[in-house]
Amino acid sequence: MNAIAPARQTDIVRENGQRSVFCGLTGIVWLHRRIQDAFFLVVGSRTCAHLLQSAAGVMIFAEPRFATAIIEERDLAGRADPEDELDRVVERLLERRPDIRLLFLVGSCPSEVIKLDLSRASARLSRRFAPAVRVLDYSGSGIETTFTEGEDRCLEALVPTLPQDDAPALLVVGVLADVVEAQFRRLFEALGIERVRFLPASRAHEMPAIGAGTRILCAQPFLHNTVQALQRRGGVPVAAPFPLGAEGTTLWVAAAAAAFGIPPERVRAVCEAGEARARTALAAHRSALQGKTVFLFPDSQLELPLARFLQRELGMVAVEIGTPFLHRGALAAELALLPPGSSVVEGQHVDRQLDRCRAARPDITVCGLGLANPLEAEGLTTKWSIELLFSPIQGYEQAADLAALFTRPLDRRTRLAV
Amino acid sequence: MQLALWTYEGPPHVGAMRVATAMKGVHYVLHAPQGDTYADLLFTMIERRGQRPPVSYTTFQARDLGGDTATLFRDTLADAFERFQPQAILVGASCTAELIQDDPGGLARALALPVPVVALELPSYQRKENWGAGETFYQLVRSFCGDEKPARAEDAVPSCNILGPTALGFRHRDDLREIRALLGEMGVRVNVAAPLDATPADLSRLAQADFNVVLYPEIAGPAAALLERRFGQKQTRIVPIGVGATRDFIREVAALAGIDPEPILSRAQSNLPWYSRSVDSTYLTGKRVFVYGDATHAIAAARVATEELGFTLVGLGTYSREQARDLRDAARKYGVEPLISDDHLEVEAAIGAAGAELVLGTQMERHIAKRLGIPCAVISAPVHVQDFPARHSPQMGFEGANVLFDSWVHPLMMGLEEHLLGLFKDDFEFADGAAPSHLAAEEPVTPAAVLADVAVWDAAAERELSRVPFFVRGKARRNTERFAKERGLSSISLDTLYDAKAHYAR
Repeated sequence: MNAIAPARQTDIVRENGQRSVFCGLTGIVWLHRRIQDAFFLVVGSRTCAHLLQSAAGVMIFAEPRFATAIIEERDLAGRADPEDELDRVVERLLERRPDIRLLFLVGSCPSEVIKLDLSRASARLSRRFAPAVRVLDYSGSGIETTFTEGEDRCLEALVPTLPQDDAPALLVVGVLADVVEAQFRRLFEALGIERVRFLPASRAHEMPAIGAGTRILCAQPFLHNTVQALQRRGGVPVAAPFPLGAEGTTLWVAAAAAAFGIPPERVRAVCEAGEARARTALAAHRSALQGKTVFLFPDSQLELPLARFLQRELGMVAVEIGTPFLHRGALAAELALLPPGSSVVEGQHVDRQLDRCRAARPDITVCGLGLANPLEAEGLTTKWSIELLFSPIQGYEQAADLAALFTRPLDRRTRLAV
Repeated sequence: MQLALWTYEGPPHVGAMRVATAMKGVHYVLHAPQGDTYADLLFTMIERRGQRPPVSYTTFQARDLGGDTATLFRDTLADAFERFQPQAILVGASCTAELIQDDPGGLARALALPVPVVALELPSYQRKENWGAGETFYQLVRSFCGDEKPARAEDAVPSCNILGPTALGFRHRDDLREIRALLGEMGVRVNVAAPLDATPADLSRLAQADFNVVLYPEIAGPAAALLERRFGQKQTRIVPIGVGATRDFIREVAALAGIDPEPILSRAQSNLPWYSRSVDSTYLTGKRVFVYGDATHAIAAARVATEELGFTLVGLGTYSREQARDLRDAARKYGVEPLISDDHLEVEAAIGAAGAELVLGTQMERHIAKRLGIPCAVISAPVHVQDFPARHSPQMGFEGANVLFDSWVHPLMMGLEEHLLGLFKDDFEFADGAAPSHLAAEEPVTPAAVLADVAVWDAAAERELSRVPFFVRGKARRNTERFAKERGLSSISLDTLYDAKAHYAR
């Protein structure tokens, strides 16, 4: 097992300009499927509603558990009382969906600019619909949050409602696929950690407890505010890289084990089989990706762990690692693992970044949905980054799946003869 | 406030983007927060365009609000001009920027760029996408069309402009090709088609045409009215969707162009009339159909459904409030209650109450129809990636009528199959809720017990398998069982499941 080396020189540049990223509302697309009795009501404009249905445009399986309360002229001109209007909308919604136990009022750019007080509204509505429905609020606005930060704000809003329990426990934070959660639970139980909890739970009344004995282990790199809120409830964060790839997963599990005083031999015994399996499965991908260059546009904040995985486990070379933000503390372990001389760009000036990308002509470019097809049309191979949030990619058993997200577009290019 | 599960139209600035993206040489500088850049994906993913839309966003953030967002807008505009060198620039604000009132038009004027700048005022909290597209096209035409109509040569061939097709329009690309060809066959010269593929310079030639063909009144209506006022150019009122409407359109165009419609009317044909008369179409008779969409497509679909397919119209609705009167008139003609609403829940209730057997609607009605268990075909925006088929697939003209026949009849249960379903209701594979066989979407599941020599799944492995997403679960099961069989394993544990996964990953 690799110990985490002290931070080496990584070139970190800040860039300002047009950003080509989603706002935090987008997180609703996966959050509403994860918490099965929760509903997300965005208080915003027609643009917000349009964003959500465009980003979630593929979902025809079931009625979504999200909606928008669209602010209209009469709300702005004072002809209607926004509080009454919101109450009316919530009433209609809960009537239609009596199965809802947890309602999030989600703030947006317009609701924040007009200073609509959603925390007051959620308290008022919570009193009114208790005990059947709890109403919480958070901001997913584009002026406050970028893409995955929406999940951070949502989980942060849950923290004050979590039950208190000071007994020793491990709390894994961040939305994970069910299958990944089950794998991690087995790993931690095999290590002998008695209480293993996950935030968020799939049901509103099953949310995990928090307290002085809780060790917080982030499964995702974008949960800065949630961790701070959990710390205020007594939890102690565990510093670790993120569970992408065989190495990342082992270091992540080992960090949690260390926090519980579990000896490294035990960790090795528990992780050995999975890690070996992951490495075997990765080998084929490694031969396909070795030496290939990758350019990561800023998007999900998964870029650093991803670049680490692609470089260290698959032998790729990251030309540029963009990230919308860099929380140096939360990502210290990842920064330490990046090859020396890595170029990290925080923030974005999309046109300049595109210029650099075109000049570098990377073998594969990781970018958002707005950029992928135009770059493909220019002859570059791309991987759209939103898939990284919609696929199970964490843990040993998914390491090769994650690699396959990168080999597939390259494979496709070699197959096509049209 | 309006509760919206789905919206039928985006905000008006998305309408402006559809016009800017359709045209060449136009760039749109939009004062908007970062999240609004999602709109790019409408064009790059849904429409599969190979270029980014020509839009620069200021992407201001909360910390900018205390500072100088106006300067941010000015800098973005100057940079965009420098980088993209457009022939004309549109400037405007999205919903959030509208609230901070930075006046993009005034800021742009102060910058005195050497190209025309058209300032858009699109009230986001009152208006919607189609209105925004119409207003943007109107402002562009007004800025570029000039004041004078050039003299017409005596012997000039009749000519027209085609107005309305935009980026992200429902089959606009194909309709334009179809109608352009039809006009060509009639001997009418197409002077300019806009906004799709037009440049600002093309707009300055609009006055040279004798009349205007308006394909989508929601978008081209205001510009066509302006051209009629300014240059006396008459406009077509008939939207050529369906065989009957196409024939009427030909007569209307012929009258405007001063030519004889009969040669083309006798020549041009569609398969729809015969297909509709062939005996297998008998089962279409009196099918109860609910029609909903933008006003243009909904009104046209009502006519095709009743006159050309023999359906019974049980409901007619639109989300286009601007065209509500036309739709009310049409509903009166068919004796149904008009539904003027963009409230998805209200539409759902109306469809349920009407007892429809087929819905002709938008992508949103597919959700409704699915829930109600009735078939649905899409006739109107809002669009989905499926609405940009690789093949030529117009709604307009005679080929369009063929497309309508195919795409509306296809989701229906085929005649005989429907009878069998009614006869043998207790057949376990052929149950009431079963989809018609030609629409089967999921692969049939083989019960494990039927297979010989299959290893037994232990409880933990079975549970784990149930967590695999349903669309790959079948494959995971088969691969694991094959893996176990090849190794002579009699039972499948969690480890077998993942060993197999790793094995097949190679």
